[in-house]
Amino acid sequence: MKPEIKTGSHALMHALLEEGVETIFGYPGGAIIPVFDALYDYHDRVKYVLTRHEQGAAHAAEGYARVSGKVGVAIVTSGPAATNTITGIADAMLDNTPIVVITGQVGSSLLGTDAFQETDVISITQPITKWSYQIRRAEDVAWAVSRAFYIARSGRPGPVVLDFTKDAQLGKAEFKYEPCNFIRSYLPYPDLQIESIEAAAAIINGAKKPLAIVGQGVVLGSAEKELVAMLEKADIPAACTLLGLSAISSEHPLFKGMVGMHGNLGPNIKTNDCDVLIAIGMRFDDRVTGDLKTYAKQAKIIHFDIDPAEINKNVKVDVSVLGDVKESIPAITAKLNKANHQAWKDEFLPYEEKEYNAVIKKELTSSEGKIKMGEVIRKVSEATNNQAVCVTDVGQNQMMGARYFKYKNTRSLITSGGLGTMGFGLPAAIGAKFGAPNRTVCCFVGDGGIQMTIQEFGTIMQEKLGVKLIILNNNFLGMVRQWQEMFQNERYSSTPMQNPNFVAIAQAYNIESRLVTKHTDLDEAIADMLSDDRPYVLVVDVEQNGMVYPMIPAGTCVTNVLLGDE
Amino acid sequence: MEKKLYTVTVFSENQVGLLNQITIIFTRRSINIETLSVSPSALPGIHKFTITCYTDKDMIVKVVKQIDKRIDVLKSYYNVDEELVHQEIALYKISSKKILARGIMEDLIRKHNMQVLELNEHYVVFQKTGHHAETQALFDELQTSTGVLQFIRSGRVAITKSKIERLSDMLAYMEEKQKQQSK
Ligand SMILES: Cc1ncc(C[n+]2csc(CCOP(=O)(O)OP(=O)(O)O)c2C)c(N)n1
Repeated sequence: MKPEIKTGSHALMHALLEEGVETIFGYPGGAIIPVFDALYDYHDRVKYVLTRHEQGAAHAAEGYARVSGKVGVAIVTSGPAATNTITGIADAMLDNTPIVVITGQVGSSLLGTDAFQETDVISITQPITKWSYQIRRAEDVAWAVSRAFYIARSGRPGPVVLDFTKDAQLGKAEFKYEPCNFIRSYLPYPDLQIESIEAAAAIINGAKKPLAIVGQGVVLGSAEKELVAMLEKADIPAACTLLGLSAISSEHPLFKGMVGMHGNLGPNIKTNDCDVLIAIGMRFDDRVTGDLKTYAKQAKIIHFDIDPAEINKNVKVDVSVLGDVKESIPAITAKLNKANHQAWKDEFLPYEEKEYNAVIKKELTSSEGKIKMGEVIRKVSEATNNQAVCVTDVGQNQMMGARYFKYKNTRSLITSGGLGTMGFGLPAAIGAKFGAPNRTVCCFVGDGGIQMTIQEFGTIMQEKLGVKLIILNNNFLGMVRQWQEMFQNERYSSTPMQNPNFVAIAQAYNIESRLVTKHTDLDEAIADMLSDDRPYVLVVDVEQNGMVYPMIPAGTCVTNVLLGDE
Repeated sequence: MEKKLYTVTVFSENQVGLLNQITIIFTRRSINIETLSVSPSALPGIHKFTITCYTDKDMIVKVVKQIDKRIDVLKSYYNVDEELVHQEIALYKISSKKILARGIMEDLIRKHNMQVLELNEHYVVFQKTGHHAETQALFDELQTSTGVLQFIRSGRVAITKSKIERLSDMLAYMEEKQKQQSK
């Protein structure tokens, strides 16, 4: 076939189609107008979603990628639009979310002259992207796009930025697309080392009290089944990190909950009691480990990861198993003996009971006083038969979402783990609904966080998008209030919030909305919200001084778990 | 852990902005770069960075892995001085009047094995190659005897003593990968 001549903008659209892109989030402007003009010709083949802010476009691309496993795409203009996406890009970097953000840029002859809406996007994004590249010639479009998608989705995924100068958008060149599957300076999947497989298997076979900690790597590597097979064969209890949640069903008998600052009592305590700690696709974040000096010192530690830079970064390990978990887990499972660790598993029970009595019961079953966050979240979860995608914002709503939602299917919790980005929830939920139109998407957000990206109500309105948004209104920046109550002598500096009428705002956007203030109205309101696939904003007035327990204060030992007043 | 001087060698594709990508990795860990030298390598299209810094073993291992992770970096590794043949070059500008008045030129040249690059009625320019301590010794001597008008020292350049050629090995390995993949 003879290569065709295309403008850079048409080449971009075509390249995106070649990469299987079906949905694009974005916002137009001067330095990207030619691309949007080209997009106009592709309306029948790609769904384009106009968000109300570029940060929203980036988070929507993340939500789309997280729920679907496909690369999320955002297209925005230069300057302020590009900088508006930075939060989303940084978020995707820390959470390994494959997105490609395409930013317009001034003409290449103007680069470096402080031209109108010029920002040095490449320099700004280098530290927060897996790769960023400036396309300055139409003939480089196909090469750059194919590389961008390959880099974003392969190995340890992450964000890629393509900064597209206006002359390159307008210029013409031959277009021939070849997908990229090799870069000689980039090894996305390290080779499995048979010695480390054997060493790890030997340690696990010798374990009396093994504990697995499952991170998002298992989801990113689509190794959920392989994981469960390994856990079941060797009878290993497992806990998840925040981003690892939903890699294994919440109902699985070997699932022991979440580790970390607001994780479950059992797995946190047992981290410092197990004899072998098997870390799988997780990165020993400080919110998981607390004080490193006291973290799992008694245990032999095995670390499965795809990224050599993660090995021994925070925690020194005894055996590292580098490679793709899709291969490494089955390779080890094959060498594991069938085991039964009943006595060890039973040791979790008293902690589960203790946490239930001290924390969970109050959170879920008190019918007195104001509604509690956990209660709302569990009811919504159960009303969806635990099948929904749970999206959260950041703060107490996030920790409660993680703790009280239940997960039957993988890719069911979408939350900003590494960056902790308030304002992530609503746009990420929009992206998730586009990425999984047949799933129910429930987004929990605080009264603070919703107001960081509330303009995305406009996107929901325009797209008639069936996102179920639950605003947990405590009239406080709740999580900060909690720290102030616990550690700052109840000096509530800058955390009480006077809020608008959220129902009226939703209704102004033509979104059905309802306020619930009483326990007794909750079930019915949730049922109404979930009765079909229409957009819905449920505003729930929750307890002002609610607390997320258990809590391990930052930087302390994982066994230093506070349970609140018992 | 003990801090010492490490030499980091980075081979990369010739892409705009790589230096920045590499240096910010040091910046994030607040490690000062002592010397830096960048040049094309023996292989066409491949650039070589030689960076020295004081840090400890744990840290340098992490830094090098982080550098290696950048997409366009081919290979990055670190060495201590004993594993390297390394060199720096220094230039010294001295007032001709002062140095002639002191009559120490021949002594200096013999002792420091240096060269004269330029000589005129105003100034003389010496060149000395050697290890840091050697170029520094000459500087110290000139500074006390005649004073130094200008002084400049290059970043370190270094070659490993080992028989293993890490870049070639890596390139061969990746070539093999590509062959397997295209099968
Ligand atoms: C962009 C951003 N700014 C500030 C913070 C710090 N922060 C973390 S949680 C929190 C409070 C969130 O309050 P709200 O949205 O009302 O949720 P709640 O904790 O009450 O559920 C704040 C301010 C943050 N994580 N992100």
